[in-house]
Amino acid sequence: MNNDYLKLMERKNEIMKKSVGIDYSQFESGSIAFDYEGMMEKVGYSLEEIREIQNETGVGNTPMYKLPNLTNLARSLTTEGKGARIFLKDEASNPSGSFKARRAATAVYHAKKLGFKGVIAATSGNYGAAVASQAAMRGLNCIIVQECYDSKGKGQPEIIEKARKCEAFGAEVVQLSVGPELFYTFLKLLEETSYFNTSLYTPFGIAGVETLGYELSQQMTDITGRNPDTVIVTNAGGGNLTGTARGLIKAGANNTKIIAASVNLKGLHMASNHDFNKKSFTTGHTGFGIPFTTVPDRSDVPRSAARPLRYMDRYVTVNQGEVFYMTEALAQLEGLERGPAGNISLAAAFVIAQSMDANHTIVVQETEYTGAGKHIQPQLSFARNNGIEIRLGDPIEEIPGKSIILPSHPSLIKVQDLDLSGLRESLIKHSLEEMSSQDKKNLSETDIQFLSDETKSSIETVKQYIRNTEQ
Amino acid sequence: MTAKKGDWVRIHSVLMEAGDRAPGIPEDTSKVPYELWDKGFLISNKAEIGDAVEIETITGRNIKGKLLETNPSYDHDFGEFIPEILIIDKKLKVIMGELAK
Repeated sequence: MNNDYLKLMERKNEIMKKSVGIDYSQFESGSIAFDYEGMMEKVGYSLEEIREIQNETGVGNTPMYKLPNLTNLARSLTTEGKGARIFLKDEASNPSGSFKARRAATAVYHAKKLGFKGVIAATSGNYGAAVASQAAMRGLNCIIVQECYDSKGKGQPEIIEKARKCEAFGAEVVQLSVGPELFYTFLKLLEETSYFNTSLYTPFGIAGVETLGYELSQQMTDITGRNPDTVIVTNAGGGNLTGTARGLIKAGANNTKIIAASVNLKGLHMASNHDFNKKSFTTGHTGFGIPFTTVPDRSDVPRSAARPLRYMDRYVTVNQGEVFYMTEALAQLEGLERGPAGNISLAAAFVIAQSMDANHTIVVQETEYTGAGKHIQPQLSFARNNGIEIRLGDPIEEIPGKSIILPSHPSLIKVQDLDLSGLRESLIKHSLEEMSSQDKKNLSETDIQFLSDETKSSIETVKQYIRNTEQ
Repeated sequence: MTAKKGDWVRIHSVLMEAGDRAPGIPEDTSKVPYELWDKGFLISNKAEIGDAVEIETITGRNIKGKLLETNPSYDHDFGEFIPEILIIDKKLKVIMGELAK
């Protein structure tokens, strides 16, 4: 068998089909539409089944904290009667230290049920630890493939810590230098081992997050007597947002507003060896968030189950310095020491709460574990040693890759809104990319309805977006 | 340092040379090799650092590479202290103190 790069890439679909056990073609319409709900129902598990599966390995049922001190601080920065109550769902208390345990639980359960001897995941983040932990519980072999080092052999402390954690759970960690060829190595390993691909983007993974939204609704109803007004989700590949929103809907929380938040890494190229260690966040950033929002099927499976624009009501960004600041504030004011990347949505919630009514609620739906390498101190220290300027000041002046500005006062923490209509139009533009003007005019009702669902937009708006692509 | 058969070691290999990287990647990345690091038990009888060796990984795969180190340890930590964090802490305490009044 020739493992030459291009030849292996040609076998991509065949390898993927075998390693995830899903025939995606059954959901295709032959045109741009595909049966998303059909895919989620037919190959996923029901919410009840997932709750049972997750219960078997101690996943889920994480605490909901009230954050009274941060709420008071937010209220002091706004006008009388404003300042929603801020709540935090402590996903760090999952077995592997993040919400990703929910995603891994169903995927690894499914792999075991299908008789696979092991699982493979390509991830530098919390998902690796989650898959490794679940594989240990279910007695499967596990390989985690990480993009870890630049060409000088220098690795992000956060990723190195993740490698340690995966190894602590008995996994093999294959570490790679920067580059999209990671996918090639991943495919090669799938072919060599015949292990299950615990992709982040299968229906099992996404359905696994639905329990988070469901629990969140129940907990908020218990505490406040009703569903939350707003839930804020850190957004990268879109699975966290998609699963949480679907779970909220299943719990009947149809009026809860879903806000996505990413850390702003504008200007840094994700596949650049030079830029790799210039960033202080390895996930939850715009470098993943924006492309995965507008082109969800860019993931490692033919049809991604993570489709965030279907559920998103608003999308904001915050700066790295603001997230580090809120990480510190969470520890100092609320006595909760959690990893920085999980606090992206907390930083955004702190700002958004200030424009909401005081009798409203906003829920930050995740936290992640912290420790050596994965903590405000080593991450800022690593940045400083890489020539990034770190200072107190106004975070609006922060330039990703050049500076991290810690707000000199909490009133300086702000969110920047991304143009949601622009993102929706971009998704439609990508979906119609290979179509002629005539084909666009002849789109079927099914296709238009699909695009309307894909972008949470009315049929009329979708038609306008389509006309815009012609200009 | 000599490593012997069965020792837990870390190896390194170049999967693609610079200039031979996948198409469409950023220029700076295409100018450096694509590299791999992995750990396992040494299969070769005896080896010195830098020797070409074969290992069996924890999942039982046999792979080849250049011997980097034996008994590889973790050296990530909490980094050098960032004093600016104390300024954040102090200011937050002052603000909260005023709010409590």
